[in-house]
Amino acid sequence: MSRFNLYLYILICSPLLSLAQIKITGKVTDSKKHPLAGVNIAVKGSYDGATTTADGSFSFATTANGEQLLSATLTGYQTLELKVNTSTDQQLNIVLKSAVNALRVVTISAGSFEASDDKKGTVLKPLDIVTTAGAGADIANAIKTLPGAQQTNDREGLFVRGGTGYETQTLIDGMLVRNPFSSSLPDIPGRGRFSPFLFKGTTFSSGGYSAQYGQGLSSALILESVDLPERSSSSVGVSVIGVSAGVDNLSKDKKTSYGVEADYTNLAPYFNVFKPKQAPNLGPEIIGTSVNFRRKTSKTGMLKFYGYGNWTKMGFNKNSLEYPGYTESFKLHNNNVYTNLTYRENIGHDWHLYAGASFSSNTDNINADTLLKNYAPTLIRVQSDLSQSKLMLYKNLGRFSVLRFGGEYQYAVEKSTMNGYHANYVDNYTAAFAEGDVYFTPSFVGRVGGRAEYTSILGKMNFAPRVSLAYKVNNYSQFSIAYGDYYQKPEPQYIRFDNYLGYMKATHYIVSYQRVASDYTFRTELFYKKYSDLVKTVPSYNNNGSGYAQGIEVFWRDRKSIKNVDYWISYSYLDTKRNYLNYPSRVQPDFAANHTASVVYKHFFPKLSTNLGLTYTFATGRPYYNPNLPADKFMSEKTITYNAVGVSASYLTSIRKAFTIFVLSVSNAPGNKQVFGYHYSSDGLRREEITPNVPRFIFLGMFMNFGIDRRQDVINNL
Amino acid sequence: MKRIFLAFLFTGSLATAAMAQSAQYQDAMVKQTSDLDSSSTFTPDGLQQKANTFERIADAEKSQWLPYYYAAYMQVMQAFMLKDKAQIDPLADKAESNLDKAEALNPKSSEIACIRSLVATARLTVDPMTRGMKYGAEAASQLEQAKGLNPENPRVYMLQGQSLLFTPEQFGGSKSKAKTTLEQALEKFAAFKPESNIAPHWGEAYTRKLLEASQK
Repeated sequence: MSRFNLYLYILICSPLLSLAQIKITGKVTDSKKHPLAGVNIAVKGSYDGATTTADGSFSFATTANGEQLLSATLTGYQTLELKVNTSTDQQLNIVLKSAVNALRVVTISAGSFEASDDKKGTVLKPLDIVTTAGAGADIANAIKTLPGAQQTNDREGLFVRGGTGYETQTLIDGMLVRNPFSSSLPDIPGRGRFSPFLFKGTTFSSGGYSAQYGQGLSSALILESVDLPERSSSSVGVSVIGVSAGVDNLSKDKKTSYGVEADYTNLAPYFNVFKPKQAPNLGPEIIGTSVNFRRKTSKTGMLKFYGYGNWTKMGFNKNSLEYPGYTESFKLHNNNVYTNLTYRENIGHDWHLYAGASFSSNTDNINADTLLKNYAPTLIRVQSDLSQSKLMLYKNLGRFSVLRFGGEYQYAVEKSTMNGYHANYVDNYTAAFAEGDVYFTPSFVGRVGGRAEYTSILGKMNFAPRVSLAYKVNNYSQFSIAYGDYYQKPEPQYIRFDNYLGYMKATHYIVSYQRVASDYTFRTELFYKKYSDLVKTVPSYNNNGSGYAQGIEVFWRDRKSIKNVDYWISYSYLDTKRNYLNYPSRVQPDFAANHTASVVYKHFFPKLSTNLGLTYTFATGRPYYNPNLPADKFMSEKTITYNAVGVSASYLTSIRKAFTIFVLSVSNAPGNKQVFGYHYSSDGLRREEITPNVPRFIFLGMFMNFGIDRRQDVINNL
Repeated sequence: MKRIFLAFLFTGSLATAAMAQSAQYQDAMVKQTSDLDSSSTFTPDGLQQKANTFERIADAEKSQWLPYYYAAYMQVMQAFMLKDKAQIDPLADKAESNLDKAEALNPKSSEIACIRSLVATARLTVDPMTRGMKYGAEAASQLEQAKGLNPENPRVYMLQGQSLLFTPEQFGGSKSKAKTTLEQALEKFAAFKPESNIAPHWGEAYTRKLLEASQK
């Protein structure tokens, strides 16, 4: 039989065997003459070909006759096709050009720290943001370990590069969040309302940001929500401060998902054991719920809805500074609703559409009283409702360039009542923007844009130009510069009483250098910011305030040098002075420290399946106001330096079928004294330190998840 | 005998061109798939060479899914051997594009789902801390799909066993469960009849190695 086969074979194949074989040899290099290994050399339409060796050489025989097309293919390089004549042996020298892929293309980076799973070269990933010990799973607290942000832990919000918390705007999927922080008590900052796990991408811009965003003088925190979950799951959590539960459901066709979550927090039992500085007289009790719905409407279309409701009550008693021997009571009830609906679709011919709508409502009811004094209590009720819509179109031009334009409309109702005295107003805000990212070459990009705004309450228009340039030196390093004008309405508490105020203005100038490799990141930035038209309250409300901020920032992150360890170090130097509100002259404001530094260290012990985290933050003292000093010594005294060490440990295990994690975290573990400033009695005779309500907070919790493995999230949720 | 010979010759000569092509395909594929379980293939260079060869065959044939499938398999195995993690994603992209082509020619294939699971695992290794959730789930769900498409495919059990073996116990891994699953895989290998001599039939030797490791 074998002989029979052989016959058959020879008969059938004889036409092929009769062809002469010719030999093709050669060498492949890149444009800098370095040999390329692994290149696939193929004679098109046949199996004939070879793979280049380490020295870039190849050699093979082919029976293909006459003029043939030869291709050379290697990942990361443009495929080369060339005609060869295969009637005689060939010796070829092939040069491959490197392919310009998205990874190597320069991106606008001045001023912004991007955290995303999708994109490469990001400085921090979403999980990194929440793995930070001492941050308590709060986005803003984690962002405070990045350069540019201040350690102002007695006030809400992100204080960036000499700006106030009000100058930072938070956006979810492009829509503004009017009250991103929970309402809280004086000197105790409220936490961020939103769980870090809602977001797949976080961009912290400390300046120079896009014309898409307005109404923030200093900074933008741009949050992008997650798409569909990987699979359905449910979870429960128990901790020393409360309980939580949630379900996430993904449809069978994996195109639709919905989720519901609820949590209940009660700090009263904890405060019975660990006495806070101010004794609770109401709660603190928080009920939170959220729902989400996401639908993939087509291959490229995505519809997302997110709704959030939160009810908080809390109150504390403290010794009166004004009336020694008396007690002051402060009680707060807060209701907050936030909804956000967005739709994205590719509408063909390289055009993309984004549409969003959002409604939010926030109500604070405050009762402040000096007990047993004959004064009537102060009753304050503040309600802000905001409806907004935004439409944006963008078109890809060529391979990388993009043109964006769109408009925004916001309708805000701000109501406030103090002891029966009303101060309400309505504002219609309209904005239009256009912006182009123009790639001169794949490694050199310019962004030019502008934004025009009008608000009915001020009755004024503004136009803000913005320009950035970025140049990539090699695969890892790039230089960027940015310039831009930024306008913002004054805070509602000033507009309420004076409608003739105008916009406040900041102008940013930024130069930055960054080097991002897969295992480490280095970044440094130099900035100058000029403030003008800031609100003054003395002698009367006006826009005559001004100021500046300048400084240098450095960031280093390393994931490689120590096994199972990831750490980063940030340092910011800030020189800022401003004359605003009731300041008699231009001075360093009480929310700004000259030097701020953070070290974040994370160590995973695989054998113990335990994660250990350590965060150290340092800031030099901040100025404070001492009424006993003459006006030329205004804000001339400074508090002690700020030191904080946060520690966290988490242990992973499984109980029956549920993945379970135990978490222990301690903020300010050594119990360092932290003084943020001083309150003086109105006669200036007595003062008290502004310190955290509890010197250290100990958190112990257990989280169980059925279905999807979310333990890694929880570990990181410290 | 003579008759058969003549009959063959007759039909053969009519279809010489077509037969030559498909015989060339068969020959090349038999040659290329015969040593898939050999250790000499499993070096980064060896795998790349094989992947390139399969890609050449795939591009010349265009209508055969197997060369695309094998090219993807070689590429994902190469991804596992790479020291520079920055290269894993581009290679995984390449493997996935080959799998897409294979799937277009041969939809609902348990074998293709197995390779997709491997691709997800390779992507996971780039950054387990942040990618674990997404790609871990993806890898598991591809194996579930593979099992649904063909519960007799031994490679499904081999890969599930491998995953159980290398996943830390706190994350749901277990040596004893791995052992059971791998033993099941060997039973399936014993019963498995590949559709042709060039259809996927790799993995038995590797399964034995895994089983050894699970008994340590």
